[in-house]
Amino acid sequence: MIVLLLFLIPLLGGIASFFIKEDKAVRSWALLASFVTLALAIVGSISSTNAALLQYSTPWMGTLNSNFALRLDGMGKILCLLTAIAYPIILISTWKTSYRKPNNFFGLMLLTQAGLMGVFTSMDALVFYFFWELALIPVYFLCSGWGGEKRIQVTFKFFIYTFTGSVLMLIALLYLYFLTPDRSFSIESFYRLAEIKGWNQTLAFWLLFGAFAVKMPIFPFHTWQPDTYEQSPTAVTMVLSGLMVKMGVYGFIRWVLPVVPNAAYSWGDVVSTMAVIGIIYASILAIQQNDLKRLIAYSSIAHVGIMGLAIFSETHLALQGVMMQMFNHGINIIGLWIVVELIERQFGTRKLSELGGIAAKAPALAILLVVMALANISLPLTNAFVGEFMMFAGIFGSTLTKYNVVFTVLALLSIILAAVYTLTMIQKVFFGPVNERTANAVDINFGEKLALSILVIMVFAFGVYPQPLLNITDGYAQSIITNSTKVLSQTLTK
Amino acid sequence: MNALIFSAISGVLMMFSGFVLKSNAAIRTLAHILLLAVIIATAFELRGVPFFHINTTGMLQFDHFALLFTLIASLSTLVFFLLSSKDMEKVGVSYAEYFALIFFVLSGVVIASSFQSLLLLFLGIEIISIPLYILTGSDKRSLKSNEASLKYFLMGAFSTGLMLMGIALIYGATGTFSTTLIQAPKEGVPVLLSTGMLLLLFSLSFKVSAAPFHFWTPDVYDGAPTVFTSFMATVVKAAGFIAFMRLFSDAFRDIGSEWKLTVAIIVAATLFIGNITAVFQQSVKRMLAYSSIAQAGFMMLAVYSLTAEAKEGLILYGAAYSLATIGIFAVLIKMKDYTFDGFNGFARQQPLIAATLVIFLLSLAGIPLTAGFLSKFFMLKATVAAGNIWLAVFAVIMAAVSVYYYFRLIQAMYFKEGNVPAIEVSPAFKITLISVAALTIVLGIYPNLLLYWLYF
Repeated sequence: MIVLLLFLIPLLGGIASFFIKEDKAVRSWALLASFVTLALAIVGSISSTNAALLQYSTPWMGTLNSNFALRLDGMGKILCLLTAIAYPIILISTWKTSYRKPNNFFGLMLLTQAGLMGVFTSMDALVFYFFWELALIPVYFLCSGWGGEKRIQVTFKFFIYTFTGSVLMLIALLYLYFLTPDRSFSIESFYRLAEIKGWNQTLAFWLLFGAFAVKMPIFPFHTWQPDTYEQSPTAVTMVLSGLMVKMGVYGFIRWVLPVVPNAAYSWGDVVSTMAVIGIIYASILAIQQNDLKRLIAYSSIAHVGIMGLAIFSETHLALQGVMMQMFNHGINIIGLWIVVELIERQFGTRKLSELGGIAAKAPALAILLVVMALANISLPLTNAFVGEFMMFAGIFGSTLTKYNVVFTVLALLSIILAAVYTLTMIQKVFFGPVNERTANAVDINFGEKLALSILVIMVFAFGVYPQPLLNITDGYAQSIITNSTKVLSQTLTK
Repeated sequence: MNALIFSAISGVLMMFSGFVLKSNAAIRTLAHILLLAVIIATAFELRGVPFFHINTTGMLQFDHFALLFTLIASLSTLVFFLLSSKDMEKVGVSYAEYFALIFFVLSGVVIASSFQSLLLLFLGIEIISIPLYILTGSDKRSLKSNEASLKYFLMGAFSTGLMLMGIALIYGATGTFSTTLIQAPKEGVPVLLSTGMLLLLFSLSFKVSAAPFHFWTPDVYDGAPTVFTSFMATVVKAAGFIAFMRLFSDAFRDIGSEWKLTVAIIVAATLFIGNITAVFQQSVKRMLAYSSIAQAGFMMLAVYSLTAEAKEGLILYGAAYSLATIGIFAVLIKMKDYTFDGFNGFARQQPLIAATLVIFLLSLAGIPLTAGFLSKFFMLKATVAAGNIWLAVFAVIMAAVSVYYYFRLIQAMYFKEGNVPAIEVSPAFKITLISVAALTIVLGIYPNLLLYWLYF
């Protein structure tokens, strides 16, 4: 039941928001809805025993053998939790930003959340596809309606990219549907496909890859991302980078690895190579950027690339690292965007060259940013370190690829490069000479401090004691690995 | 049978009503009442209550597929009447005749969706086409309308010739007109039969504007008065596909190896030409003309696969496509400027209408939660089931292209600044538009609401 509410509350809250015309009222309403969702998500994540609470299923399209089936399992829990935590933080930190037609803005935001919750919990391929698109449509309107100057073209590019990817996924799902013995869209039937022949798997793999690689994004499908992040309103950028890119990572883990393990194994090196190229390429580009938003966008490509690499190493450690890192990356990047939002709102610019010397005027902001930035470099004691360490250890220890050492070494370069661009950013924004723009800087207010402090606490808390998160995801990662290694070992011995 | 008799009589009644009824409002009311009668009669027959007991064995077969489509076609016509019948006044003086012609088209639609003999197919297609030639040219003082009408007529006459030739050849090969009795001999398909079949294929492709027989479509749709384009591009086109589907599933299912490849090529060409050309249009009306070609490509996938899902899908597609396109045209008719830029800032002026247009466009583009998605989904499912995954992949890539031109209209309405001259809309217009949009979404979530009637 909880899992149904996780989706219904943002949906109904979002629909109701469209009718609340008053600015303050609609903000409060959206915040209230997101807090209720958060409470539910926390309850859902800690109650591990009561199965009836965590799943819901009802027949939907009889002739197609598709059920409206939702279930909250390990990976679903951690991502729903992330989504539920992110929303109140996003809403609080952008409380001061004014939007025209706020009712539509917040309505669409909540609808996006409903779509995301659905994606992370759906256990039926057709329902998954529905939610996948449902999450995309409101974002299209959000980015086109409230973004920067070039928003229309940029959002359009983003939409066409992702839509093309997702219709290819639709074909893959249909194709797999006809291969299932019982003609069903349920995930259990799909998992039974793991042993089908090579060519079928390869075809399905690449069609699915289209959707997930664009969403993540993996090099060379990333070109929509920096532009979209730059042009979207910051609250939407937070949703895009903190939550929506996780849809791609999630898709690989849930719908690719267990469904087509043989193809994932045979093409794993190709995908990993793309990911490694992307990691280094994006890190180098990040060093060159002058715009704060673009810098963080490229840094995000690099971080997500590491997750892609880790998924295809197919080790338990790496997979669990990916799930950890999905959560942690979400927290960290939302923190960074909040800082960007605060800087832009106060100084009217995001250019590194036009900022400087803010630390002296706004010490609280500076401290919070530095913590977030250190987490972005994944320094020990921050949450990102735990996730990335596990991923790298997993990639290094992978027995499925011959290039594990090469991949690990090259991907590790990104941590050094991350230090270069992140520290340069801190130096240019917070230290150095004060110019006329930053001379009258004032520190952040209580609400903003609160939002950032919560994030900082989470950064340290999960950096020092990640066990609760590990407990949530452990079983799921194990089941995926057992599932695919079983099939793989059969194939390899043949 | 009910619908056929009712619509034919309604056509005759409307034709003479011009003498008796002097005010346009009275004519309009009469047309609405007659159409409602047609709908009710069809609904009764669908539930197993035929009013007339006429033996049509071997000629017409009023099965659930035919009746359900008749119901959809007449309901779409009702929506069309409700939204656009007022705007027909602007076309010319013969207001009653327009309704009469539309009723005649409707009776042709009934025949074309229930024929069991090639002769009746020919009759149905001709009864549909001839009133359309007139409607296309009904704006007598407009050169464009005249040109479109002449072009349509000449090309249409040519394709009719092809069709007759095809029917004659098939008769020569098999000795029967009945679609259910056509059978290829065991030793092989005779040349006469396959040639006749190909000729029928080409002439029907012409009628549903599939590439490479589509060249008349943009000019005719653009030249015809916009109200009638709306009707031509929706109900009539869907009826063409029903006839297509019926013919191939009854008569040529067993000789699939003779035509499958040709149809696959036609589908791919139609999708490609329709979508790619639509991208470059500046006028919304022309864009919709090319979009109708593109959608025809998708509908033709049903003819390609001929499965039970394809049948369901085609019914759903006919409904989804007709409702959405009629809705968009109804708004377009009211606009002064047909270009995309003419819609700039439309959402600010008419937020409600713009929102319904968004739903229609999303449905045409095939976004989930709309009827358009599920109908495309059924088509793709049938294609994958028929074993041609590459055609399905090509179709979805083309569907992704279609997003470009459908979303251009959304962008113009919502995200671009502009001053649209105020348009006058009645509350009834708004209510109809909203209910059609709601129906689009309901069918997108629960298609069995409609498909249920195919089986019960």
